[in-house]
Formats: sequence, structure tokens, C-alpha cells
Amino acid sequence: MSTPGTKHDFEPKIIAFVCTWCTYAGADLAGTSRMQYPANVRLLKFPCTGRIDPIFILKAFQQGADGVLVSGCHPGDCHYIAGNFHARRRFAAFRKLLEFVGVDLNRLQFSWVSAAEGGKWVEVVTELTERVRCMGPMLEFKELALEEQWSGKLDSLELQEAYNQIQV
Amino acid sequence: MSRIGVFVCHCGENISRTVDVERVAAEVGKLPGVALATDYKYMCSDPGQGLLKKAIAEQRLSHVVVAACSPRMHERTFRKAVESAGINPFLCEMANIREHCSWVHDNREEATEKAIEIVGMMVERVKRNRALPAITVPVTKRSLIIGGGIAGIQAALDIADAGHEVVLVEREPSIGGHMAQLSETFPTLDCSQCIMTPRMVDVANHPRITLHSYSEVEHVEGYIGNFQVTIRKKARSVDEKKCTGCGVCIEKCPIRKIPNKFDCNLGMRPAIYIPFPQAVPNTPVIDRESCAMFKSGKCGLCKKVCGPGAVDYEQEDRLIVEPVGAIVVATGFDLYDITEKPKGSQIKGYGEFGHGRIPDVIDGMTFERLASASGPTGGRILRPSDGREPKQIVFIQCVGSRAREKGISYCSKVCCMYTAKQTMLYHHKVHDGQAYVFFMDARTPGKSYDEFWRRSIEEEEAVYIRGMVSRLYQKGDKIVVMGSDIAVGVQVEIEADMVVLATAVQPRSGADILAQKLGISYDKYHFYSEAHAKLRPVECATAGIYLAGACQGPKDIPDTVSQASAAAAKVMTLFAREKLEREPIVARVREAGCVGCFYCRKVCAYGAIEEKEIRDRQGNLIKVVAYVNPGVCGGCGTCQATCPSKSVELDGYTDEQIVAMIEAL
Repeated sequence: MSTPGTKHDFEPKIIAFVCTWCTYAGADLAGTSRMQYPANVRLLKFPCTGRIDPIFILKAFQQGADGVLVSGCHPGDCHYIAGNFHARRRFAAFRKLLEFVGVDLNRLQFSWVSAAEGGKWVEVVTELTERVRCMGPMLEFKELALEEQWSGKLDSLELQEAYNQIQV
Repeated sequence: MSRIGVFVCHCGENISRTVDVERVAAEVGKLPGVALATDYKYMCSDPGQGLLKKAIAEQRLSHVVVAACSPRMHERTFRKAVESAGINPFLCEMANIREHCSWVHDNREEATEKAIEIVGMMVERVKRNRALPAITVPVTKRSLIIGGGIAGIQAALDIADAGHEVVLVEREPSIGGHMAQLSETFPTLDCSQCIMTPRMVDVANHPRITLHSYSEVEHVEGYIGNFQVTIRKKARSVDEKKCTGCGVCIEKCPIRKIPNKFDCNLGMRPAIYIPFPQAVPNTPVIDRESCAMFKSGKCGLCKKVCGPGAVDYEQEDRLIVEPVGAIVVATGFDLYDITEKPKGSQIKGYGEFGHGRIPDVIDGMTFERLASASGPTGGRILRPSDGREPKQIVFIQCVGSRAREKGISYCSKVCCMYTAKQTMLYHHKVHDGQAYVFFMDARTPGKSYDEFWRRSIEEEEAVYIRGMVSRLYQKGDKIVVMGSDIAVGVQVEIEADMVVLATAVQPRSGADILAQKLGISYDKYHFYSEAHAKLRPVECATAGIYLAGACQGPKDIPDTVSQASAAAAKVMTLFAREKLEREPIVARVREAGCVGCFYCRKVCAYGAIEEKEIRDRQGNLIKVVAYVNPGVCGGCGTCQATCPSKSVELDGYTDEQIVAMIEAL
């Protein structure tokens, strides 16, 4: 845990999208081996990284995730022959898009963790959590969402005018 | 409205130690749609399952979430339980709060928070699950065995004796593997050939075993019960059907000085050869890289002398497709070659031991060939350099094994025992010789193993020195071995005539490539991974594929044979059924939304996407849409993520479900 009083003293929320055959099993192995890692990560299991639609990553950020991890089988080891190749290509393009939109790519990590790599899973999760912790909360989406919500106060000129018209 | 039942398991103390299970149940009980949330000490136990079934009946539950261990562990158990209580098994999901929560976190507060979210997420998911009908498929009662060493042979004989057909594929010209190369075997010192060759002959003569030697698996498709395997039969240049195995061609071949791989390059063989006299099948093969006929077109002697006309220079590789229902992988091991740094490997070589540079520094397998009665020296221990009998011999253990700094951290398991055996063989053959062994630890777990090791010291006079060797160098015709004796704390220097290195056991080269063809997983050394280290040690995570022998990890012969028989038993269990239920998680097309772009077909690795015409009542074509053949679909969902109109859905992983799960966090 970070020392109290530092600038980014907060617990980030990390959502991990993982394939069932490699990374989910790798995380299971980390559990069976009683390795320890930060409790910030939540796993969503997919049959294959090929199933992961980039929209889910956006959805995760929108729902307040501070970091997202996508992890599957090593290239060539896909249980479904080639799903992870499709995923790799899809995410290469998607990263460019996110970068263009202005999302810091350090919040999004792709990795390959096999069923035998419990240790690597722990490393990846710990590293991402610490990195995101240092970066601070992901506020961009939250601010956007807040902007679209009315606070309930007549705190702008337009709102005041509109209110007055209703009064008449 | 769904009536979801949530059952939180304590797993003894495994979960409840770090997760406040009562609080999890209480919090989850407040979620919309949850009719019952409770906790119990052992959900997987008989009373636990009873509790589940009773609750389903009494509370009229529609869906079930069991918050316990990994679904890889007990999903099947609970799905069976809910099925017996009248709920479709796919309306039961597991929330993994053990492997992914209680075991990996020690802060109770954080772990409990996380567990609540994990369970909440699964509640949102199960709510949107669809009852899936079981898909049954027929089982092809034939099995493929890859590798014809002792593991493959044992599995093949067991399965064939049970009455099922077996296809055995071996990469080399003969079956037998490493065991055929060994001289004598621990802990009984029975001759390897004497116990191995009869089994090889059994394979060749078995009416239900089809042997493809000098062949490799080219391509595998399909799934449990229904694999289609393409096998490449490499050109032998000798017709197996015509050849009688008389051996005249081998006698007449003029190209005779090719190092024999079977004898660890100690002996020579001709260009047309059988690897060893007891080879099965006893059909020669032409080594096309060395044969004069293939190199220059001048010779053809073997064809001239062949009575039955079996030699065929025009023979080409053939591809054979075999339908099988189960696959046993028994590809065995390679010995770590320390002559140079293995290419493309993270492993560093052992230049300091001079293997490959100093001729009398040999590895354990070469010693086996020297000690073997059918070997190049007829069983006499002689130095490769000058043919003299070594009077001082040094064995070095753990060469490559348990050497983290060299890149391999595992123990090769067999070397302690085979080194002890080799000191005995040496003492039996060179009575006035002295054997020294440098070792880190002597690991002798196994029936009669420690007694055997003690015998090598107490009766056969081997001197064991605890410590490693730093350097070897040639001095005249001696090899100076510099090491340390850490028990006494002194440096040791021995002038040896011969040095034997117990090199590490590694998976076969190309193990990763085969794994990719089969779709099975492997560890960082390329040993194949079993589905569960303790409870499913011979099955792969991929259904219908089983493991036997050293391809899964270093193993001695008794362990290999046991595992091979276990794999065979698993195959027979599968074949005891006429039909098999397969996971019904497949993709479905919403035809109304499909625009017929067929991007899904481009990404489908299984070729499961077909075209379907939609016509109106007059029979006019409205549009062509995609159709997923459920029998072929593998269930990866790549099509769904690719579909631009979001018209394909994978059951259990629909967009709606995933988004609901993310929103639950």
C-alpha cells in the first residue's frame, strides 16, 4: 500500500478481460500457489481474447475503471487456433484510436499470460496497479458524464432564462 | 423476474479466513433478482449439494450462482447438481472467490469487498443466461498416439487390448524411443532391450494397431470424439509392403561412414539403414542427404540387389487423414545438448565442461550405448578418443538441471538414479576402476530407489563428492576435473580418463509446434501442461487430448508406464460411451440484423460459417445471411467481436451480459 499523504493515495479500479484457457487459468495457478497481488483487479472471463470487443474497454473506462488489462494466450498458442491474432490486430488499431481521443495508453495494457505463468500474472497485475495508482484516478470520462448531468441548480445564465420563461 | 439463489462457500477455511462470507451473502442478497443468498462450509460436499437442491425446490429458484472455487475446478459438479434438481445446467454459474480472491489477498476488508463485486457480477451474468440444450455428438472409437517410445507403446497396447483401434505415429524410422537405447535399467538392473523389444513386436503384430513410423502429425482439426488428423508419412524410399527385411541392401551400400544417431554418433551406419538391429518395423530407410543416388544420381546398388524390388527412389511424402476420437501425446524428451548454446533458447550452454571439444567428455546416453551389449563397443566401456578402458571415471550430476543461472530451474528427476546405475555398470565391467560422482543432492524417492543408491556406494565403491565442478580441461591424455567438496570444505582435483555428464531432460525439440497444432498449453520450458496438477494429471485442458510420459515433465520408466496406462484408461472411459455431450456454447446469428457481409467467415478458424438464403413467400430471394453450423463452431466468439452489425451472439457471452457485468462493478 502506498504511504499516506502522497499525491495519488487512492485505490485504483482495474478491470481485466482475460481468456479462459490461458490467463484465467494462469490467475488460478497464482491462487493455487498462494501468490499475493493487489486486490484492485476484477476479472471478466471470455472464451478467447478474440471475443473481446473494444467497446467493452470503453465501457469499463466509462464505468469508472482507472486501468484496463486485456490478456490471453501467447501468439500461436490460442486454444481456438487464431482468436488471439485477431485480438492482437484489433487492439493495435484500437490503441491508435484511444491515443487519438486522448486516453493515456498507460492505463490500458495488453499482455500474454499462459496457464503455466501464475508468476507472470502477479507481475502484470501488480505493475499495472502500481502504475495506475501513480497516474491518479481516470477522470476524463467521469467529467464528461458529469457535464451531461444537471446538478439541480440554476447555475448558468441559460438555465436561469429558461426557468424564468417557464415561470411566465 | 428471475429468482436467483446465491450460495457462498467457506471452503473449510480457505475462503472464510480472508473473506467475510456472511457479509458477502448479506450484501448479495440485496441485489435485484436474488431470492436467496446463503453460505455453507463446503458447498461441493454431499450435504452442500443437498442444500443447493433443497433450496432450488423450496424457493423455486430459476438461476444459481455458487461463489466458491474456480469454475475449472467444480463447475461440472454444480451444473450436474442443479440439473438433477430440474434446472438447465447453463443457468448455474460459479463466482471464483477462492483462486482469484481469498488465496491471493490477505487484507480481509479488501478481499470481502472484492468478493462481493465478483459475486454481484456473476449474478448479473447468470440472470441473462439462456437455457441451452445439450448438443450430442457421436464418438469415433479410434485413438491416435503421438510418439512410439515406452509411453506411446504402453498406451497403444492398453487401448488396443481393450478392443479399440489405435493409430501410432512415430517420427523416427523405428519405434522404441529412448528406452531402446538404454543398457540396463534401475532399480533392478534388468536389460532394457530385453523388456522393451517384446513390447515393440507386440505393437507391430497387434491386429488393432496401425503403425505409421517415420511419420509426423501435420495437422489436427475437430474436437473431442471427432478429430481429423493429417499424418505426413515421410518418404522412406523403401516400400514397407514389399520389403522383407533381409538386409542385403544394407550390406551392399557403399556409403558407410555416417555417424549413427542411435549410438550417439559412436558407431557408423550406411546410407540405407535400420537404426538398430531390433528396429520395428524392420524396414530400412534411405538417408537422402547422404545417399549417392540422391546426391549425384550414380549408384543404385541397393535397388539392384533388392530381391522383392522394394527400393523406390521416386517415393514421395504421403499425407494420410485418420479420423480419431481421442489423442494421447507421448512425445518424450531430448537430452540437453551442452556442446553449444541451444539456438533460440533462453538457456545458456556449458562451455566450461568441454562437451564436444574433449572427446572423452560424454553425456549419460552415450555411456548407455557404451555399456549396452548391442552398442558400438559390444558392451565394453572404452574411451571414444583412443579405445582404452578408463580407470578413473568422473560422473557430474545436475548438468543443466537445477541451474537457475543457466536457465533451467527444475530437477530432471532421473539423473541421480541413472548415475548410480552407471557407476555400478562401470564397476561390473572395469573391476579395477574407480568412479567418482559430483552431486548436489541425491534424490531417490521411489520404491527400492534409495537402497539401490546406497548399494552403489557401499558395495560398488563409487565415491560421492558433494559439490559442483567448476572447470574441466585436457592435460595429456587425462581430463583434469576441478571441483569442490563442500562437505569437507576443500578444493578437489581429479585426473580422470573419462567424464560422464548427467545432462538435463528437456522436452522434444518442436514440442511447442506440436502443441500449437493440437491446441494444448505448455509451460515456459515447453513441457505440456496437464489440466490439474493433482487431480487431472493425464488430461490436457483441451478435451479429448491426454498426456503420457516425459513430454509432461521429467519421468523415469515406472512413472512413464503408469501415466501411459492412466491415459489409456481415460481414453477407454471416453470410448465406453456411444454419444458425447459437448459444450453447447456456440455462436448464433440473429438473421434480422445480419447484412451478409461475411466478415465472420473471414475470421472463423473452424470454417463454421455457412450461407443461408432468406426468401419471401413467393420464393424471391430477400438476402443471404450467415449461419453458424453448431457442430463445427468452436465457441471462441471472434465472429461476434468482428460483426459490424452485432448480429452474432455467443451464448453465455452476449454483449448484453458483458456490459451488465461491467456495470455491476
